[in-house]
Amino acid sequence: MSAAAISASGVVGQVGLLAGRSVLHTMRQPAQLVFPIAFPLVLLGVNTSGLDAATNLPGFPTASYLDFALAVPFMQGALFSALNGGQDLARDIEGGFLDRLALTPMSGAALLVGQLGGALFTGVLSSILYLLTGLLFGAGITAGIGGALVLIVLAVTICMAFACFGTFVALRAGSGEAVQGFFPLFFVLLFLSSAFFPRELIEQDWFRTIATYNPVSYMVEGIRSLVITGWDGKALAAAFAIAGGAIVAFLTLSSRALRTRLVRT
Amino acid sequence: MSALARTRSVALAVAWRSLHNALTNPAILLPSIMFPLFFFIAFAGGLSNVQNAPNFEYGAGYTAFQFGFVCIQAAAFGGVFTGFSIAADFEFGFARRLLLAAPNRGGIVIGYTIAAMARALLVLGVVFLAGLISGMNILGSFADMLALIVLALAVSAVSTLWAAGIAMRLRSMQAGPVMQMPIFILLFLAPVYVPLPLIAGWVHDVARFNPFTAILEASRGFIEGEPTKILISAACLAVMGVLSALWARGGLRSAEAAG
Repeated sequence: MSAAAISASGVVGQVGLLAGRSVLHTMRQPAQLVFPIAFPLVLLGVNTSGLDAATNLPGFPTASYLDFALAVPFMQGALFSALNGGQDLARDIEGGFLDRLALTPMSGAALLVGQLGGALFTGVLSSILYLLTGLLFGAGITAGIGGALVLIVLAVTICMAFACFGTFVALRAGSGEAVQGFFPLFFVLLFLSSAFFPRELIEQDWFRTIATYNPVSYMVEGIRSLVITGWDGKALAAAFAIAGGAIVAFLTLSSRALRTRLVRT
Repeated sequence: MSALARTRSVALAVAWRSLHNALTNPAILLPSIMFPLFFFIAFAGGLSNVQNAPNFEYGAGYTAFQFGFVCIQAAAFGGVFTGFSIAADFEFGFARRLLLAAPNRGGIVIGYTIAAMARALLVLGVVFLAGLISGMNILGSFADMLALIVLALAVSAVSTLWAAGIAMRLRSMQAGPVMQMPIFILLFLAPVYVPLPLIAGWVHDVARFNPFTAILEASRGFIEGEPTKILISAACLAVMGVLSALWARGGLRSAEAAG
């Protein structure tokens, strides 16, 4: 990627160049694709069998735990995308790529959006695979084909929200270890949400309160609504609003962090 | 100095160093405490209503049911975390100097195993405290609790030997997932959330033959005060112990050959 090529292309072209690099980088590291896709599916299989008995509880919203839990792999895939995307950017910072890029006419916005290309690619690919696997094993999408499409759009939006957070951490800390350090936090957020049990059926008051204030609950419930309820405008609006809000917030913060980082270097 | 004394001397030195490193470095100690604690909170807190499912039979309640799992998980993951430390020792060159200096290299593996078991004791203590604070029912006697600790320590030793075998073969911290994933998968293909009869589908078929099923059932039996599956879990651990010791010895030979 020469400075002349960067200069010749507009912002859109610059985004394309960096997004292409990010996608290529992801594809060249099979571990970055296989693990985020395979691990959530293994856990889905284990949880579906292990918690099937929960569907016999009065008030459980569906007779199939697979339908209930299908939303979880989308969230886990998003978490892995955030981790991988953030680590890629941190590696670019540590390896000096960002410093070299700062010497070119590349715009900051193009850099940020382009860097998210790999996460977008992983997000789309993994979402389609999770959906197809769910359908293959007997899950049904109550909202129909249109619902399945909205589900993928929502899942990718959530994936981008987490990826933007990963980007922010990478730019702020500039180290892959720092990004890795946030990974347990993501998992805490997922496990302390309504991902594995309906909020209204959680017995422990303190857990239900945490799950109610945890934004991840609403993202999971947005995806889940399309699978087991049908078209639930309230659940979808909450999920899109939280994911979209997170994208805007973390992109803004990332943009500030990028400016600071470029000044530092 | 006899061979036994040389082995003991190396083992105690390595164990002391490994423990000292773990206890003085929060980045090493905290994950091994936080992970089991977190699983305990998430599962016992979020899924407790599962105990009301038809045919869920466990007298001590869901918190104790999950405590049985978390004890074994903490012990197993303590071994894996020790494997990370061994890999780090190789990556930073310390292990090679250790191989040169130790008069009996088998003592190195024994030392790491002792350290892992000591760490497991600490983590079990913290999780036990969390269980008591959350109002967990312990129906077992003091002897049952001691048996539970022995069971957990045996699991810790087996997983340490497994992880040590990987760490000494690959000699890189990038080997972490290779140490972690098989243990993680074995644990989660056992009755984690509900008793074995309530598990559905293919996981039920796998869980019936998974050695960790017997170990988890024994662990929960001690907490409930109705010891069960003791012989079978002891036999499983003995076989896994021999196999993982051979695996670790192979790893040591590989590290020696690499120089």
